[in-house]
Amino acid sequence: MKKVITTLTIILIGYYIAEAQIDPKLLKRSTLDTAKQSLNMDAVYERPFITVGKLPVSLGGYMEANWQHSGTDGVSEGHQFQFRRMTLFVASTISKRIKFLSEIEFEPAEKEIAIEFAALDLELHPLLNLRGGMIMNPIGAFNQNHDGPKWEFTDRPIAMTQMLPATWSNAGFGIYGKHYNTNWMFGYEIYASSGFDNSIIANKENKTFLPAAKENTERFEEMASGQPLLTGKIAVRHNKIGEIGLSYMGGIYNKWLDDGIVIDDKRRLNIFAIDFNTTLPNLNTFITAEWAWINIDVPTTYSQQFGNKQQGGYADIVQPILKREILGWQNATINLACRFEYVDWNVGKFKETDENIGDELWSIMPGISFRPRPQTVLRANYRIQSQKDLLGNPPTKTAAIQFGVSTYF
Amino acid sequence: MKKSLLVTCILVGLVTIIQSCSKLEPASPKDENLLDGPVEGLSYEESRRFLSGDVAFNDEIFTPEKGLGPVFVATSCGSCHAGDGKGHPFTTLTRFGQIDETGNKFLNQGGPQLQNRAIPGYMPEQIPLGATFSKFTPPANTGLGLLELVSDADILAMADPDDNDNDGISGVPNYGNLPQYIIPFANAIQKDGKYIHRFGKKAAAYSLLHQTVNAYNQDIGITSSYDPVDVYTHLTIDPEISTQTVNDVVFYLQTLKAPIQRQQNDSEVKNGRVIFDRINCSGCHKPTLKTGISTTKALSNKTFHPYTDLLLHDMGAGLDDAYTEGTAKTFEWRTPPLWGLGLSPNSQGGQYHLLHDGRAKSIEEAITLHGGEAANARNEYIQLSAADKNALIKFLKSL
Repeated sequence: MKKVITTLTIILIGYYIAEAQIDPKLLKRSTLDTAKQSLNMDAVYERPFITVGKLPVSLGGYMEANWQHSGTDGVSEGHQFQFRRMTLFVASTISKRIKFLSEIEFEPAEKEIAIEFAALDLELHPLLNLRGGMIMNPIGAFNQNHDGPKWEFTDRPIAMTQMLPATWSNAGFGIYGKHYNTNWMFGYEIYASSGFDNSIIANKENKTFLPAAKENTERFEEMASGQPLLTGKIAVRHNKIGEIGLSYMGGIYNKWLDDGIVIDDKRRLNIFAIDFNTTLPNLNTFITAEWAWINIDVPTTYSQQFGNKQQGGYADIVQPILKREILGWQNATINLACRFEYVDWNVGKFKETDENIGDELWSIMPGISFRPRPQTVLRANYRIQSQKDLLGNPPTKTAAIQFGVSTYF
Repeated sequence: MKKSLLVTCILVGLVTIIQSCSKLEPASPKDENLLDGPVEGLSYEESRRFLSGDVAFNDEIFTPEKGLGPVFVATSCGSCHAGDGKGHPFTTLTRFGQIDETGNKFLNQGGPQLQNRAIPGYMPEQIPLGATFSKFTPPANTGLGLLELVSDADILAMADPDDNDNDGISGVPNYGNLPQYIIPFANAIQKDGKYIHRFGKKAAAYSLLHQTVNAYNQDIGITSSYDPVDVYTHLTIDPEISTQTVNDVVFYLQTLKAPIQRQQNDSEVKNGRVIFDRINCSGCHKPTLKTGISTTKALSNKTFHPYTDLLLHDMGAGLDDAYTEGTAKTFEWRTPPLWGLGLSPNSQGGQYHLLHDGRAKSIEEAITLHGGEAANARNEYIQLSAADKNALIKFLKSL
């Protein structure tokens, strides 16, 4: 951790020294429009970067901060100010066909400084690139394309953060490739990486909870199962229709062998996800949706508290209603948006009663956003949420008003 | 000018939203519709202790790393008592191995409680061949502190072992030995070195500390300084939970409020209350009890309405599971408090799972399954008119 902080400090000091000494005109900012069409798998590089003169290193990042007032069944925590995260990107073009990109995230509330992505990309052919290092497992779309300024909502989708692990990255290697043909784009990714552990069915959330594995930093050095987690995705995009992605992630997740002695059965986890996004012609309505199914081998002698099936997803609809000069900003945009979410953390029936197991949630979140420029968003949301406990008791009702800012820098 | 107007409108809008945000949030359910929450009158210090216990009871999840199991029934206290209400068949526990007051003959084979679940890599217990068993649905937690403070003398005053009043109802206390860590209450009445126990389906737990320590150990597989014997290895191991946490949970249970009766002024409910007395449901389900003196001022000298006598009664062959605890007979069950009955579906998955093992799916079914000392009351209920039955059920649901 100290090394990471030291490295970052050096980079930042170097950056500011360079900035002080170099004519500001030499600072070149890419004016990337983050709304432009590309595959989700391109998201790691489809970000605004600043380059300094002829230095081969580009810098970038984003931050997210919110205010919220939420209440559940009449119990409110009052006003809450949240600094969710700041993320730094450092990209380097080592040669024309060798690139390195890293993404380092600071989450003060989680007391976490994490390397989310730090991988070397080596192009052998447009359809065959090698990627190795700390890779982001391409399950679904949100895990690949999660930068705060791209979204009209202060919160990340629940299913993609509390069912699937968000920003789920691991040490690993793989290949990817893309093919373009006029209006069509095709891309694929396949990786073998480190992965999950027993914590996904033994954690303080008291449910099958894949994000629990993120707390195990040992996975960057030693895998619990000793067997690679395989992740693969294919995506197809037509510029006038939209993009659809199909992804899979799976493997043995538990520690079954210790010091050469078999201590448990091998237990497998399989995740399937489908994602879709499109922009309706004429209306410019942007729709993005994602759904995932999880199957986990949970011992039958364990507790049904920990489900062996989960499913959930979300759909966002974003409608630009005004695009013009606003308060001096050219081409500023005001959007109306709405997110629909559902998660079932425990699909199935109780053995004792043959009745449905609860542990599910739905949420609707209308909102409005103001983008003075594409890379910066001010957004206000109103969340309405209903959540049932494991036993399917009458749901708890939550409502929250949220205001947030997020920007690339 | 236009810009100024726009900025002003935005600022006014933001201030309006911030000022009114709490009105856009869900309203709190009426207190009478909730089972959780503290008794009125706790001091700041007691409120903090209550909250510490609340967190430990409802939020602390045990994992293998935190000592869960390796064999267990549930992963947290809250798993069995959602919203501090009655439990669900999912968390119903099984006890086995004792058929009379001579004790449990299967203690060396995992008795008295079956740990029917195990962490990965381990196998749960099985009921040994030849052992009889009974299933126990978790009870509600509300008002337990008040019940704990009912004096032994008051409990004995309700007992009528020889049915001297000839109403067909006897009622006896369950006398049991105290674990070493339990100090008897002031004015406790003992018999042959045994003390009156009052908690649990068979009244086999003396106090809330006794009940809590047992639950941590037997339900979750968590050892404490009070009971350091591991349920799996049967060996003494280091405590897996702090003594402070156990004490906080006990205080939380002691200071949970009593359920509040709803619709008290409804004429049908009032009529149901009269019928309740007339057919002598109140012979066992005593409407009113009182507490003694407590160091927690909010619990001292209170009159309350739990609808129990804390005594064991013969409930007939239909409810005899051929298993027992303490000095209770296999057909004897402690009168369960009826307060909070109407809110049971809110913690039982939207429906009723009543009687000791949840076999009754409605209040009416629970009544008709009564036998033994309750046979007369049951028969009288069966003979009631439909309107009177409805009134009685409505009264019971109002509790």
